Amino acid sequence: MEQWNDGTTEQHSNSTIPSFQSSIFPSFHSVPMIIDLQRFVASERPAWAELEGLLTKLEAEPNFRMTLERLQRFHLLYERTAADLAKIATFSSEPETRRYLENLVARAYGEIHETRERQRRISPLQWFFQTLPQTFRRHLRAFWLSLAITLVGCAFGGFAIALDPEAKPALMPFSQLLQDPAKRVAQEERATEDRLAGEKTSFSAFLMTHNTRVSIFTLALGMTWGVGTIIMLFYNGVMLGAVAVDYAAAGQTKFLLGWLLPHGVVEIPAILIAGQAGLVLALALIGWGRRVPLKARLRAVSQDLMTLIFGVGVLLVWAGFVEAFLSQYHEPIIPYSAKIAFGIVELILLFLFLAKSGSNRKQEKAAPPEKDLVANAAPGGPHP
Amino acid sequence: MRTSALQIRTPEGIVFSQLLAGPVTRFLGWVIDAACIAALMMLLGKVLGLLQLLSANFAAAVYILSYFLISIGYGIACEWLWRGQSVGKKLFRLRVVDVEGLRLQFHQIVARNLLRFVDSLPAFYFVGGVVCWFSPKCQRLGDIAANTIVIRAPRLAEPDLDQLLAGKYNSLRQYPHLAARLRQRISPAEAAVAVQALLRRDEFESTARLELFGELAAHFRAKADFPPEAIEGIADEQYIRNVVDVIYRTRTDARIEKVAA
Repeated sequence: MEQWNDGTTEQHSNSTIPSFQSSIFPSFHSVPMIIDLQRFVASERPAWAELEGLLTKLEAEPNFRMTLERLQRFHLLYERTAADLAKIATFSSEPETRRYLENLVARAYGEIHETRERQRRISPLQWFFQTLPQTFRRHLRAFWLSLAITLVGCAFGGFAIALDPEAKPALMPFSQLLQDPAKRVAQEERATEDRLAGEKTSFSAFLMTHNTRVSIFTLALGMTWGVGTIIMLFYNGVMLGAVAVDYAAAGQTKFLLGWLLPHGVVEIPAILIAGQAGLVLALALIGWGRRVPLKARLRAVSQDLMTLIFGVGVLLVWAGFVEAFLSQYHEPIIPYSAKIAFGIVELILLFLFLAKSGSNRKQEKAAPPEKDLVANAAPGGPHP
Repeated sequence: MRTSALQIRTPEGIVFSQLLAGPVTRFLGWVIDAACIAALMMLLGKVLGLLQLLSANFAAAVYILSYFLISIGYGIACEWLWRGQSVGKKLFRLRVVDVEGLRLQFHQIVARNLLRFVDSLPAFYFVGGVVCWFSPKCQRLGDIAANTIVIRAPRLAEPDLDQLLAGKYNSLRQYPHLAARLRQRISPAEAAVAVQALLRRDEFESTARLELFGELAAHFRAKADFPPEAIEGIADEQYIRNVVDVIYRTRTDARIEKVAA
């Protein structure tokens, strides 16, 4: 620690300055009083400026790494500025300087005491092929729950339409689904003109953005302790089940599979993953059986939520393309068997991607379980 | 129970405070941001007008995607690039920071911005506003999920001392160690009372003015024990002027700005 001899000549006797008795400043058992403020500021200003320069560099360059010497210097500057703040805190004439020092200490505190993994430059390929599937697998139970809720919705929708076909408008709020399946199939197969001619690109963009919005909404509703997410998943399931039973009952199963599989095998899992993210958020909010503060629980899942929802976005971009450029074309333009085969291949690839991509058993086994991640998310000791 | 400031105590025992932003200021900031998004979209519309000549379908697709990316990405990009600020937040001197004073991370920014989907329900951020109003740290749902708070960073105005202080000889300055003790022992609130009394001196009746400055002088005299030759023959009001001069005239305004810059 450097000497504090500039402008600090008198011992403080009756101070309101916070005590350093139990701090890392053994030499500050009694804090010196500032006699000559001008001199004090003049002598300390270079240290403040140096700290500010380092902070600006750290904040501007996430990959900036300090040498051990620089790191020690950074820590020293932080301690020195923090001590200056404690000294100047009682000076009524120094609101700007106090605020300035508070700001510096606050920023440096964030750097010094940040123990979470440092943000690195993201490699898109590494993120997609490793981070995303690993994150998905880490919260697999939430995905199964999301799938189960959707399947319950499907069963409900299917039974509802089978028992009461008149309930179609309530269960399926899309006009093209309300007509008789057999009539629609006949219409589609007879069509000689491309009804999406000149609109495919904008239709694709609409599908991508609409579905992504719904997915983000499903995730965000996790903040309703998961109630909103469950309702969204259930409702999606109801629509899916109702459509499936309606077309199957009309003998149009092949058309249904050819129509839905190419985009649905990606779009539906994407919505399920959004639901998974919403449920992860809800579980962190509820915190069953975890003796960890709410803040630490939410901190632990925040990065995973971002990964999952960005993954959902990527999947929905693909689904949007396929739905606009492939799913809307039927026999005789494209054989149903080809569309179904395409859907099955996509489904297998998606399954392999989510189950195997980025799989490193040793690494994943060595990774701490979720509850440890939560415990580690609390801020800890110095780790700039 | 809501508080207006969040105090963070570092392990070294240093306390720094963050002034919390209320729902009304935040809403006004959002209005500015919404206007910025609308302006960006108008600008984009003009540019895409040219693209429409080539392909209306492609221009429509670009517009749909751009609107989606701008409406969602505006907050994320601004808060990431400007360390927790957007145009509206800059204008109202607001900033998003980590709730524990830690470094604001990208995923926190993403989470708080995606949660706007729920906070903005049913319209005009009603849910977010209500939650923020009742939250102890003025957090909307997005802030709770992302562990962030929105703070105020007001620029403090220096009192115009030139109109208060005559610039005459100040006998208290002859004793710098006692002047320093006085500065050190007077709290910001006490100093503000002295300044306000001087600023509003002409509004008082003459007897009330005498009484007020008498009480103030007695209070401040007890703070530092100046020798009799320094305070003899000085009226109470002049004594308060001298005290304020000692407290505030330690450095020039220009130097203060230089330090803060």
